[in-house]
Amino acid sequence: MSRFIQKLWEIAPTLVNGTPHASELGMKFVAIDKGIATLSLPYNSALIGDPRSRVIAGGAVTTLLDQACGLAAISGFDGLAQLATLSLRIDYQRSAEPGEMIIAEAECYKTTRHVAFIRAIAHDGDPDDPVATAQSTFILTGPVHKMPNLGTQEEGGTE
Amino acid sequence: MTQEFATRLIGEIPYARTLGIRVDFSEDTLLLILPYQKSNIGNPTLPALHGGAIGGFMEVCALAELRRRSPKLPFSKPIGVNIDYLRRGNPVETYARADIFKEGSRVANVRVRAWQDNEDEPIAALSGHFLLPKTL
Repeated sequence: MSRFIQKLWEIAPTLVNGTPHASELGMKFVAIDKGIATLSLPYNSALIGDPRSRVIAGGAVTTLLDQACGLAAISGFDGLAQLATLSLRIDYQRSAEPGEMIIAEAECYKTTRHVAFIRAIAHDGDPDDPVATAQSTFILTGPVHKMPNLGTQEEGGTE
Repeated sequence: MTQEFATRLIGEIPYARTLGIRVDFSEDTLLLILPYQKSNIGNPTLPALHGGAIGGFMEVCALAELRRRSPKLPFSKPIGVNIDYLRRGNPVETYARADIFKEGSRVANVRVRAWQDNEDEPIAALSGHFLLPKTL
């Protein structure tokens, strides 16, 4: 594991909990790797969008996906950076099951000097039957702080 | 539609209460208000509102606009939404208004604009397709 990914494992829980709106909704950090981030959102009646069906609001799923995409984008750049969402596209395949936790898995598949491109899914247990799929772009709003020795300790090693 | 109905409509949605959404119905227009609250912040250092909170706010705005057309039916369901973030969401009051671009028999296309100080300088925009309740 590179120093950068190690550092991300250290700080990612704080990045999520330290985001007031993410902690307000009850979002939790699950996992991170180079260009990949996983978050969860436990079911909570404060997130209900439709009082008749008790299904969680699309907006809460939107926020979970936005947060997961942002974290994947940070890990997609080779260092810590401040980012802002440019665009977010969400397709709602089906209603989330009331009572079930929602998991978001995001993958940053391309970064340029300024922009990160991310796709993500939200599911409630089975990644092959997603609740929603997303596509997003993020832009750097500050410098990328590279980790020292990142190049020599990158995964893939020298053995 | 009355102010009382609009307030009740938004009050029915727990997620809208979590965001702190209020509503103003006047001159036959539905205006949604997202008061500043610390729990809607996404970046505490700037500080700036969470993109997801702004997106969720605009989605509630679209659903409320559709619901007021047929108040006796349940809420529509989002099929797909596209959100563009245009300016930083400052820690101040935010407003949103929805326009129904096209309403078919099953699906409606809705555009929402969110702004803070100046309606002509939106901080975000949403366009999306919603499945109408009569088909649910």
